[in-house]
Amino acid sequence: MGFSHTLGGTTYRFDDLRTLLAKATQMRSGDVLAGLAAQDAAERVAARMALADLPLRHFLNEAVIPYESDEVTRLIVDQHDGAAFAPIASLTVGAFREWLLSDTTDATKLAAVSPGLTPEMVAAVCKIMRLQDLVTVAAKCEVVTRFRCTIGLPGRMSTRLQPNHPLDDPKGVAASILDGLMYGVGDATIGINPASDDVDTMMRLLDMIETLRLASNAPIQSCVLAHVTTALKAIERRAPVDLVFQSLAGTEEANRGFGITLALLDEALTAAESLQRCPAGGNVMYFETGQGSELSSSGHCGVDQQTLEARCYAVARRYRPLLVNTVVGFIGPEYLYDGKQIMRAGLEDHFCGKLLGLPMGCDVCYTNHAEADQDDMDALLTLLGVAGCTYIMGVPGADDIMLNYQSTSFHDALYVRKVLGKRAAPEFEAWLAATGISDAQGELRFEPARLMPALPLLGAE
Amino acid sequence: MSGADPTKLATNPIDDWTWLSRYTEARIALGRCGPGVPTSAHLGFQAAHAEARDAVLKPFDAEQFAADVIARGWHALAVHSRAVDRATYLQRPDAGRLLSPESEALLSEPRALADIALVVADGLSSRAVQVNALPVLDALMPLIAASGRRLSPVIVATQGRVALADHVGELLGASASIILIGERPGLSAADSLGLYLTWMPRRGRVDSERNCISNVRQGGLAPEDAAKQAADLTARMFQHQAAGVSLARLPQLPAPEHGGS
Repeated sequence: MGFSHTLGGTTYRFDDLRTLLAKATQMRSGDVLAGLAAQDAAERVAARMALADLPLRHFLNEAVIPYESDEVTRLIVDQHDGAAFAPIASLTVGAFREWLLSDTTDATKLAAVSPGLTPEMVAAVCKIMRLQDLVTVAAKCEVVTRFRCTIGLPGRMSTRLQPNHPLDDPKGVAASILDGLMYGVGDATIGINPASDDVDTMMRLLDMIETLRLASNAPIQSCVLAHVTTALKAIERRAPVDLVFQSLAGTEEANRGFGITLALLDEALTAAESLQRCPAGGNVMYFETGQGSELSSSGHCGVDQQTLEARCYAVARRYRPLLVNTVVGFIGPEYLYDGKQIMRAGLEDHFCGKLLGLPMGCDVCYTNHAEADQDDMDALLTLLGVAGCTYIMGVPGADDIMLNYQSTSFHDALYVRKVLGKRAAPEFEAWLAATGISDAQGELRFEPARLMPALPLLGAE
Repeated sequence: MSGADPTKLATNPIDDWTWLSRYTEARIALGRCGPGVPTSAHLGFQAAHAEARDAVLKPFDAEQFAADVIARGWHALAVHSRAVDRATYLQRPDAGRLLSPESEALLSEPRALADIALVVADGLSSRAVQVNALPVLDALMPLIAASGRRLSPVIVATQGRVALADHVGELLGASASIILIGERPGLSAADSLGLYLTWMPRRGRVDSERNCISNVRQGGLAPEDAAKQAADLTARMFQHQAAGVSLARLPQLPAPEHGGS
């Protein structure tokens, strides 16, 4: 086995598929840290050229992590749909890029081949694409999911309202929710990261949102982003659980680090569906991912972080999630060093997820030790909006006071909707108009009187 | 930060629900100009980010810090990790966990035995160390001295990660280590110090084998309280010969001052 390519009189050799994929990847700190990155720019391009010549069929014969030792690989192989793959079976990775970009390849064709794609094929073509390619193809994909709102319709861009509070204080969380609703944010989900991952905290927060939902008749779906085992306990105690959340990784070993197996996720899906809180055929799972998580838990198995990220999506699609998002800049500069690396990774993840059939959102974000700032986030946010990103986060003032990082704000959501003419989910839009938060034309009114029905949440005021 | 700040309300139009800010420190009711954030809130955010960035990037003056320690009558040694500069430090956590060859040689020289290796490192906020490390030491040193356990010189490290204390502890043959280290700055606090305690500090220890005391700063956990917690935890480590998750599961000492981690 092995691959080689000659460039400028130098012959570059790559021992196996995982090495070829790693060397072809745009430079990022995490792959350097893992010792997997190309030695120089020429080797990187030589790897891309070798990759472009590789038939897609090859990916069905060589796994990056052995079938025998990894249940994610087994899932990828066992769920592969040969009939869906047939129309592109004769293509190389390079020709697949051209097929994806072709004007005759539309949303229907993309959706039809999706079950025939492995994450490694998608990661491979991603590595030979520039940003505009990633935007063009992702913008063509249509992925629609439903709970109380319909997410991902053409011309729509949804938002997750993220009202975190360092003490999980329900009133503090409620204050941020009300602020966000006045900005028309929250149609993807109201999703709270709890500071404390325990079932009592989870139930206290879910009960508060349920009270708001029933009092206001808002078509919202909520999620407390606790560990899946915490959600299972809450479901056992009959808590009003809409979405079950879990962080995913792209290897069995790294998933073990997250305390999950596919069997546990199967159990969670069954439990969430048993509550029948959404219309039949609706979607009840919410997943988060992010490049570098496998390396950070020493479970990367010698595979580059972008390929592993695509493998997360193979796990996610098994569960028909309502929402998936890549928390792209949260992990820190040892994995994605600066705004340029974060921007590329965000668009890669969005593209790969969409192509694999997922309702892909992006937490456009950074930490204070990354070489990035709000300007970088504005650029990525705008690119993702053009690429048809399913949803983004809405954090008050872009400052998450619990997780201590910067994401996108309610204002950012307003911005991207205005400049790109994007609208919220139709059910949510109708509710905003019915309550008077927006006017009949969908313009937000910012009238505090509209908060009144929600005031019982804050006690006796 | 809180909505009570009248300067950020001067912009038109105002979000007229500023009273909600009594329930959270989150940046709510900011007002807006079109889709944009009013200028005062917009620049206020930049000021907070600038403070955090400067805390990450400003070099730690290890020599000065060591001199301050020595001026108090304690011993100190300045060391450096294998991360040669800040950019390397941020991208190569592995380099920040090991001492440079020169520092390794320095700590390998024969010296008095120590039960506890005490390390101060810049971590992700040099400012946290400059502001809060000496107040912690002022309170901690007498408590350790009273316990009768032998303390190493204060090892003052530049470009250090938490696990640098494992390498230090290993070279000094210490039974336990305490490292004071700058935490990753947030927008609301850029000067938080963290304390990590490890039993039998040796290279290769993992995070679950440590106990952590975090958010040590004025306005967070006071340095004096952090020092008391660290002294209590140290006593428990020596009693149970363990740290980390396994120590957290063990019963408390009789009449502890604080629980700890």
